Amino acid sequence: MDADVPLLRARGVSRYYGARVGCRDVGLDLWPGEVLGIVGESGSGKTTLLGCLSGRLEPSAGTVEFRQRDDRVMDVLRMPEPALRKLARTDWGIVHQNPRDGLRLGVSAGANVGERLMALGARHYGRIREAAVDWLDRVEIDRERVDDWPETFSSGMQQRLQIARTLVTEPRLVFMDEPTGGLDVSVQARLLDLLRRLVTDLGLSAIIVTHDLAVTRLLAHRLLVMRGGEVVESGLTDQVLDDPQHPYTQLLVSSVLQP
Amino acid sequence: MSGDAHDPALLVEGLHKTFTLHTQGGIQLPVLRGVDLAVYPGECVALTDPSGSGKSTLLRAVYANYRPQRGRIVVSHDGRPVDMVVAAPRELLAVRQRTIGYVSQFLRVIPRVPTLEVVIDPLRAFGIDRDTALRRGRALLARLRIPERLWSLSPVTFSGGEQQRVNLARGFIGDFPIFLLDEPTASLDVASRAIVVDLIHDALARRAAIVGAFHDAEVRQAVATRTVTLHGREAAA
Amino acid sequence: MTTGYNFAYLNEQTKRMIRRAVLKAVAVPGYQVPFGSREMPLSYGWGTGGVQVTASVIGPDDVLKVIDQGADDTTNAVSIRRFFEKTTGVRTTTRTDQATLIQTRHRIPETPLAEGQIVVFQVPIPEPLRWLEPRETETRKMHALEEYGVMHVRLYEDITRHGHVETAYDYPVLVNGRYIMRPSPIPKFDNPKLDRNPALLLFGAGREKRIYAVPPFTSVRSLDFEDHPFTIERWEQTCALCGAADVFMDEIVVDDKGGRMFVCSDTDFCERRRGR
Repeated sequence: MDADVPLLRARGVSRYYGARVGCRDVGLDLWPGEVLGIVGESGSGKTTLLGCLSGRLEPSAGTVEFRQRDDRVMDVLRMPEPALRKLARTDWGIVHQNPRDGLRLGVSAGANVGERLMALGARHYGRIREAAVDWLDRVEIDRERVDDWPETFSSGMQQRLQIARTLVTEPRLVFMDEPTGGLDVSVQARLLDLLRRLVTDLGLSAIIVTHDLAVTRLLAHRLLVMRGGEVVESGLTDQVLDDPQHPYTQLLVSSVLQP
Repeated sequence: MSGDAHDPALLVEGLHKTFTLHTQGGIQLPVLRGVDLAVYPGECVALTDPSGSGKSTLLRAVYANYRPQRGRIVVSHDGRPVDMVVAAPRELLAVRQRTIGYVSQFLRVIPRVPTLEVVIDPLRAFGIDRDTALRRGRALLARLRIPERLWSLSPVTFSGGEQQRVNLARGFIGDFPIFLLDEPTASLDVASRAIVVDLIHDALARRAAIVGAFHDAEVRQAVATRTVTLHGREAAA
Repeated sequence: MTTGYNFAYLNEQTKRMIRRAVLKAVAVPGYQVPFGSREMPLSYGWGTGGVQVTASVIGPDDVLKVIDQGADDTTNAVSIRRFFEKTTGVRTTTRTDQATLIQTRHRIPETPLAEGQIVVFQVPIPEPLRWLEPRETETRKMHALEEYGVMHVRLYEDITRHGHVETAYDYPVLVNGRYIMRPSPIPKFDNPKLDRNPALLLFGAGREKRIYAVPPFTSVRSLDFEDHPFTIERWEQTCALCGAADVFMDEIVVDDKGGRMFVCSDTDFCERRRGR
């Protein structure tokens, strides 16, 4: 795959809710193996933007293009729904802030992880289960829990299970919405470490929406800072955090408490 | 600059960097006011300005950590000239992976990652296989006198000196054409400082170009082939 | 006939509507066709769908057999058979090999079927994905897009929990390599009979308002895993009345001391073996 063509390209993405601006005129390029952080506070438009990029929200204007494995570029917003649904199950991954939104709570952990494989035609119980156990190892869930229901897991474990469930098909692009939101700090650290390793090991591209600058410092190569629906600053993560130019970015960075 | 052996490895021209502190009423701090510097392969240039005069700022600007208002910072990357001031983020990342090595005073510690992994991580970008990388990492850690029992632990609990030596190992493990060293021997004892001097000499022998801030006069004298001040004239080494 | 009802109870327009649905169902094997299910003189859950399908395809020259759990003489079978006798006057029979039209609840006859025969199944819940997805809008999309991974999730869970697939009846099948279908609550023992059957198999769900079909000689495969292949029930016993083996049997308690015997569930099959 040509590393000089972006994996995802967005131009002029805007989404209005009546007169209210969700996001306005956002453009970005994402390359293979790159992690882009979108930071902002509540109401900044970051979640709206993520929805527009992943085809789940229809923007009022703009284009989003995704380069498939065969190098053909597809227009995400004009893709027929079947194609989009298939994409969402195979080459894309979504990690929700609340892991319960991304899991089937009524079936075992193993079934949760194996589902995407079964959707793609896997028909050997033993091998599906092995693959599931293998992924539980990778996300540091005790293999003994493979037959347990996610309801019995702690929230940190549920989040890791969600990650396993989504990454089992090795998607090239993962959208994450506050992946560590709501987790205890020690649990967050462990999860971030896991994400960092998986991103590197699997060469994932990811777009991570978060309000937590520490998460971006650890995971993201580049940052977009959003406020009021617009991108006010962008650049390499260390550039934006160490040499913020925009007044809002400076405020954001200086507001972070150092323990 | 096209990789010609007579070209500087690093060329800084007319560099201006001013910080505007919006959170403090918008006061402006002009730190770099038209800096020029050329560094050639095999040179180690020591910046001798007093503390707070912008040495770190220059080094960070060269690394594209800080964004200058004006000027050029040209390096040769994969045989092509790249201006760090205007290059695209992707290109900057690539330059940092393979062309410019940066050793600061601080090790940014990520919990749970073992020291050896921290040290060999930069070699990924050079396409070096894992076994070779591990061998080089161990050799370098041993050379910097980090006890073997610490190699599998995260540097989180190490002393300042130990962390700095891990930082140095990580910084020097790659064969970068350009090194930026910001007080590399801070918090090190005499023996460790001597090892750092050796590492710098080894890099120079490989025709690397080095720019650094060396607070310790002995170290500076041992490694610098030239000393400059940012806004003044060159002084003899 | 002096009942005052139209032939087979339903008016002709309704029968025509149902036949159109049936044709559509036959054209797309296993696909659930919505239809305008009518109020029938029996409660939901007692075969209103099956009765409407039968009523729409039955003609004066048909010979009708009605069974419930394999028996011609249980309440449900008797009621429905009487209903058609009253509203159509067609000949009825208990003999599978003499029927042109068979309405059944929960079994397929043991006697092999022939070309030209029609079997109408009574279906309670037509949607195989309902266990997982309550929204009709969503299940329709899943069928349209062949998003069937979840059906194997269900089998996976069974094997995880019980060591084998626990589903014993209404076992989901893949029809013509395309649609996943619930074959109605027939025991899985009967599933192999669905595959390439010479008869036309029609399925009616009255309360859920769906009709689907398996045309003659269509492939019907029960879902399974490569390492947990589909298996059917087996009995050590043979029928206490006729001695048949390899048939689906009912277990009958004969006394208060736990005495029991196994007999063919298909009464016609059993009788014929006994020469009656």
